[in-house]
Amino acid sequence: MSMLKTIASLIYLLSAVCYVIGVHMMRSPKTARKGNLLSGLGMAMAVVMILVEIIAKGTITTIGWAVLFAGLLIGILYGVIKARKVPMTDVPQLVSLFNAVGGGAAATIGIFDYTNEAVGTSLSLAFSIPVLLDIIIGGITFSGSLIATGKLSGHVSGKPIAFPGDKLLNGIAVFAIIIAGVWMIGFPSAYWPMILALCASLIFGLLMTLPIGGADMPVVVSLLNAFTGLAVAFAGFVIDNQVLIIAGALVGAAGTILTLQMAEAMNRSVANIIAGGFGGGESSTGGAGDDVPVNVKKTSPDDVGMQLAYAHNVMIVPGYGLAAAQAQHEVAELAKLLTDADINVNYAIHPVAGRMPGHMNVLLADVNVPYDQMKQLDEANSMFENTDISLVIGANDVTNPLAREKGNAISGMPILDVDKSKSVVVIKRSMSTGYAGVQNPLFSEDQTSMMFADAKKGLQEIIAATKGYLE
Amino acid sequence: MSQELYTNLAIFVLSLLVGFEVMSKIPSTLQTPMMSGANAIHGVVVVGAFVIAAEASNWYFYVLAFLAAFFAAVNVAGGYTVTDRMLGMFNRPKKQPNSADKGGNK
Repeated sequence: MSMLKTIASLIYLLSAVCYVIGVHMMRSPKTARKGNLLSGLGMAMAVVMILVEIIAKGTITTIGWAVLFAGLLIGILYGVIKARKVPMTDVPQLVSLFNAVGGGAAATIGIFDYTNEAVGTSLSLAFSIPVLLDIIIGGITFSGSLIATGKLSGHVSGKPIAFPGDKLLNGIAVFAIIIAGVWMIGFPSAYWPMILALCASLIFGLLMTLPIGGADMPVVVSLLNAFTGLAVAFAGFVIDNQVLIIAGALVGAAGTILTLQMAEAMNRSVANIIAGGFGGGESSTGGAGDDVPVNVKKTSPDDVGMQLAYAHNVMIVPGYGLAAAQAQHEVAELAKLLTDADINVNYAIHPVAGRMPGHMNVLLADVNVPYDQMKQLDEANSMFENTDISLVIGANDVTNPLAREKGNAISGMPILDVDKSKSVVVIKRSMSTGYAGVQNPLFSEDQTSMMFADAKKGLQEIIAATKGYLE
Repeated sequence: MSQELYTNLAIFVLSLLVGFEVMSKIPSTLQTPMMSGANAIHGVVVVGAFVIAAEASNWYFYVLAFLAAFFAAVNVAGGYTVTDRMLGMFNRPKKQPNSADKGGNK
């Protein structure tokens, strides 16, 4: 090893250590931010080192520098501006977009190296297998994540999209990937197998994501995140750079664990989600007639305001509907109003409330909700018995007592024991079921009353009413 | 199998195991920032963009190098920025109690 190569290897190793320790530190809220900065520091070291390496190598042309820096500059500007300006409710789709381009970059590197080396030479398996996996996985995550971004942001319908022959087309795409794979490994001297592999993977990513409902998207984003990690690791094999292999594998494994945790909290299996077609999407509005249980009590904002003003302990149970209606400002305003009147207010946060695990905490932290008011599942459940009123906002399946029984779609899912509180007010747009497609008996219990409204509007009305009673 | 491939494979497998281990117990509060942070880490693919830019020698390769640099830069710069923004919200100082105390003392 030359001197430079030795230094470079050590710097890359140090940068990999930064990622691992950084991820480790991100497991606790106290050290999480420092952990991310440490991982960023590792990234900066790797970038500076590769810069030194290619300057020393001296093969890069002037145009090479130009395209490299043009791409980096535009990319950094775009990425940073997007990341700074995005409202916190839109973070999931932004993460998905960043994931898409990461996969795109990994696939591009694979395409570059394949076309660079494959012309007229026979390639070793040690090169052709990683390059093939890099292009295929990168292609799948690129198109799949773009669709996920579209679904989360509403540019693509959040409902499961299916069309006649989609399974057949899917099968053809998989078949084409296999053919292209064998072709690339067996006869690696032409562009066509690579192009076929790329196109088939892009189509497969598209077809894989389209049939999945919007509420399942977080799990899919997380899964694709893990995929991108693997694509990057294979890109590392292709260009023989260990820092890509380490970081990629780290993300691949970590992303897999995260995906399993999310799916588990929703009582779904990852295979189930990927297969799609579960229930009817998260807000099936059709058939409202047969959906309505007989004994639901309706309530008004005025009534809710009065109940809140005379309560001692209030528990707010935020759900997907709150995130979708972007009502976090209103909920914080209401909570502050009550806290200022010496009423105890806490938030019961289910692990999968919001659009991603932990997303609700981010949304609430964004509007200055004190960290100690956010109660996680177990702690919240120990508090419901002493709760005068539970305000369920846009949450459904995570409060469904049927989960305690056997033989239905949500059996065994950990839930918030909202039904143990003295009274329950549910703010919801309609009686439609959650995305699990199961009726919620909580809604027809004696202590429960329903307020049919959009979370944002409904809360504004409740705030106005509460103010009246507190004065 | 060459020594080089074996080394890379060993690194790959061991890194996977480290990833499983380091990630196994995450409080749900931190799962979204964690996903975003992991997303930023695979932005390391930007190193690969440098490597291919150094080898590019005709327009076809320049286009690919540009694309890879652009994609990877969005991933890495955006990823770290948005993760930091999210995590910054968790240790925001509580302004009101402090300022109220100070006001009371004066």
